Amino acid sequence: MTDVPANRRANPHDIRDRGLSETPEQRTSYLRAGHTLRSWFLTTDHKRIALLYLVAVTFFFFVGGIAAALIRIDLLTPEGDLLSNEGYNRAFTLHGVIMVWFFLIPSIPNTFGNFLIPLMIGAKDLAFPRLNLLSWYIYVIGGLCTLFVLVAGGVDTGWTFYTPLSSMFAHGQVVMAATAVFIVGFSSILTGLNFIVTIHKLRCPGMTWGRLPLFVWSHYATSLILVLATPVLSITLALIAAERLFGLGVFDPKLGGDPLLYQHLFWFYSHPAVYIMVLPGLGVVSELVTAAARKRVFGYWFVAGSSLAIAAVGFLVWGHHMFVAGQSMYAGAVFSFLSLVVAVPSAVKVYNWTATLYKGQIAIDPPFLFAASFIGLFVFGGLTGLVLAMLAVDTHVHDTYFVVAHFHYIMVGGTVSAYFGALHFWWPKMFGRTYPMVWGRIMALLIYLGFNLTFFPQFILGYLGMPRRYHVYPPEWQVWNVLSSTGASILGVAYVLPFVYLLWSLRYGPPAPANPWGAAGLEWTVPSPPPKENFAETPVVDCPAYDYPLEMEEGEMKEGARG
Amino acid sequence: MVDQPYSTAPQQREAATMGMFVFLGTEIMLFGGMFAVALGLRLTHPREFVDASLQLHVWIGAINTAVLLTSSAAVALAVHAVRAHQYRATSVLFVIAALLGVVFLGIKAFEYATEYREGLLLPPVGVQRLFMDLYLLSTGLHALHVIVGAGLLAGVAAFAPRRATLVENTGLFWHLVDSIWVFLYPVLYLAR
Repeated sequence: MTDVPANRRANPHDIRDRGLSETPEQRTSYLRAGHTLRSWFLTTDHKRIALLYLVAVTFFFFVGGIAAALIRIDLLTPEGDLLSNEGYNRAFTLHGVIMVWFFLIPSIPNTFGNFLIPLMIGAKDLAFPRLNLLSWYIYVIGGLCTLFVLVAGGVDTGWTFYTPLSSMFAHGQVVMAATAVFIVGFSSILTGLNFIVTIHKLRCPGMTWGRLPLFVWSHYATSLILVLATPVLSITLALIAAERLFGLGVFDPKLGGDPLLYQHLFWFYSHPAVYIMVLPGLGVVSELVTAAARKRVFGYWFVAGSSLAIAAVGFLVWGHHMFVAGQSMYAGAVFSFLSLVVAVPSAVKVYNWTATLYKGQIAIDPPFLFAASFIGLFVFGGLTGLVLAMLAVDTHVHDTYFVVAHFHYIMVGGTVSAYFGALHFWWPKMFGRTYPMVWGRIMALLIYLGFNLTFFPQFILGYLGMPRRYHVYPPEWQVWNVLSSTGASILGVAYVLPFVYLLWSLRYGPPAPANPWGAAGLEWTVPSPPPKENFAETPVVDCPAYDYPLEMEEGEMKEGARG
Repeated sequence: MVDQPYSTAPQQREAATMGMFVFLGTEIMLFGGMFAVALGLRLTHPREFVDASLQLHVWIGAINTAVLLTSSAAVALAVHAVRAHQYRATSVLFVIAALLGVVFLGIKAFEYATEYREGLLLPPVGVQRLFMDLYLLSTGLHALHVIVGAGLLAGVAAFAPRRATLVENTGLFWHLVDSIWVFLYPVLYLAR
C-alpha cells in the first residue's frame, strides 16, 4: 500500500491510484461510519439498509435463477429426464415465488429507492428510519421461511396458489410458503408507507412536486400500490392457510364456497403487483435516458402523470387473468377494454424517452445500453400484452408459453434490465469506485441477446400451443426449447459476470468523482460515496429537474462530459 | 426534540400523522378483503346468508357497538385534553377507553361461549358453516386489533401522556378499530 496523504485527491487516470485502498471520500463516507457488525445490522442509515437489501435481494435472484436453470435443463428434451413431474412442479413454483416476492417486488424500490430517494429530494434519511430497518428484518424472516420451504420439500401449486389445488389437493409446504409471502408483504407495506411520507414531508426547500426526479415519481406511484394492494393479498393468503389448517370453506365449492373468488382476490393484488415490479424500472430508465442524452426529459408532466395513471388503472384490470375462468362476458369485455387503456400511459413513457433521446448528446455507456434494451424489450412485452388483452386471442393462447414469454419480457427484459442498469449507473455513487466500462457494455449486449434467444422462441412455442407448466412435450417442439435453453445459459453467464467486475472494482477500480456521468440531480452533488448525513447543509433547489444546458458549446462539452 | 431526518418539530409531527393515516389505509384494505369475501358469499347465497345472520345475537352485538363507541368518545376527549395540556385527564380518559376495550373483549368472549353452547359456532356443513367461519375470522381479526389498541392506549396513558402526537396517533388507530366494527356489525348481524 502506498502512503497517501489524507488531502490528496485520487485521480482516476493515474495508474498508481488503481487499487488505492481507500479514497478520502470513502474514508469519510457512510461506508466507514462504523466498522462493527452491530453498526451494519442495527443501522438506521437508509444507505446502509439499501446495501443490506442489495445483498439479500441479489442472493434470492440467484436462488430463483437456479430453479430457472433446472427448468430450462429439463426442457432440453421432450421427455421429463431430469426432474420428476412433482419435482418440475416444485421447481417452477419456487422460481415464481422467489422471483416475484423476494426479487422483483423489493429489487429496485428497496435497494435503489432506499438509497436514492432521500438523496434525490435533499433529505437526511427516510421519514421513519427504524421502520426501514424493521422492514429489512421482516424481509429476511420471510426469506428464511422460503428457504425452509425449499429445504423441506417445496410447494407445487405454482406461484399463484390457485384454489382448490392449493387448499384441497396440493402436497408440500403450502401453508409455510403462504406464510413466507404473508410476512414479506408487511415488509413491502412498511417500505411503501415510508416512501410516501418521505416524499410528502421531507423534500428540501425548493424541491417542489414539479421538480422531483421522475425516479421519485415512479416510486411514489409504486408505493401507493404497495400500501393499497398488499393487505388484500395478506388476507387472501390467511384465508388459504385457514382453509388448509382449520377446514374453513370460503374457497371450497363443497361447502358452498367459491374457488373463483380466490382468483378475484389474488389478482386484485397480483395484477397491481405487476406494476409494483415494473414502475420502479420505468423510473430508473427515465433517469438513465436523460443522463445519457444530457437533455431535459421530454414532457416531464406526462411521464410523471403516466406513473400515477398506470398505478390507478392497474387496479382495474385484474379480470384479464380470468377470461377463460368463466367470468361474465360483460366483465370480460370491460376488463379487456381497461387492459388496453393501461397501455396508453406506458406508451406515453416510451414515446417521451424516444423524444428525449432525439438530438441528444448520447453517451454509449453501460447504463444507456441497459436503458435502451429495457425500452426495446418493454415495447415488445407491452405489445404482446395488448394481444393477450383481446378476448378471442386470449382464448387461444391462455396458459401457454405465449403468456410466459410476454410477462418475462416485462419482468426480466424490463425490470431485471433496469435493475442492472441502475446497478451500473449508481454503482460509482454507492461505493465511490468505477468499474471497467468495456465490460459493462459487453454485458449489456450479452444480456440483451441472451434474453431474446431465451424468450422469443417461447412466443412461437406458445402460439403453436405448448402449455405452460408442462415438462413433457411433443418432439417437434424440441428445437424451440433447445434454442430457449441455449439463450438461458448465455443469460445465466451474463447475469453472474457483472457481479465479478463490480466486486473487483470495490478494491481495484479507479476512484469515482462525485458526478461521473455529468448528470443533473441532487444525488450527484454529494461526494461518491456520500457521507453519513448525506448533505453537509440542507440543499436549496432553484431549478427544474434535469436542468441540462440547452446547447452545449464545444469547450463546455469537454468539461461536462466524464473526466 | 427533533429527531434525525427532520428539521422542525411541525414537520416531524405532520410526518408521523401522515404515516399513521397511510397505515390506516392499509388496515382498511386488509379488512376490505374480508368484506369482499362477505359480499361474494352473500351474492352467491342470498337466502342462506340472511338465515345464518338471523341466528346471531343481535343485542349482544348492539351492546358491544355501544361500548366501543363510548370508548371512542373517551379517546376523542383525551385528544382534546392533551391539546389543552391537561395530561392527567388524557391519562384517565385513555385508561377508561382501554378498559372499555377490555369490556368489549369480555362481552365478545361471552358471546362466543354462548354460541358455542348453542352449537352455533361450528355447525356441521353448508353455507351456515361458511358464514360462521367468516364471522369467527373477521370478528377474531377485529378482536386482535382491539387487544393491540387497548394495549397501546394503556401504554401511552402510563408512559407518554404528554406526547401529543403519540396520543393523537394512538387515538386515530383506536377510532379505526372502532369504525371497522361499525361496518362489521351490520354486515354480519343485520343482514336481512
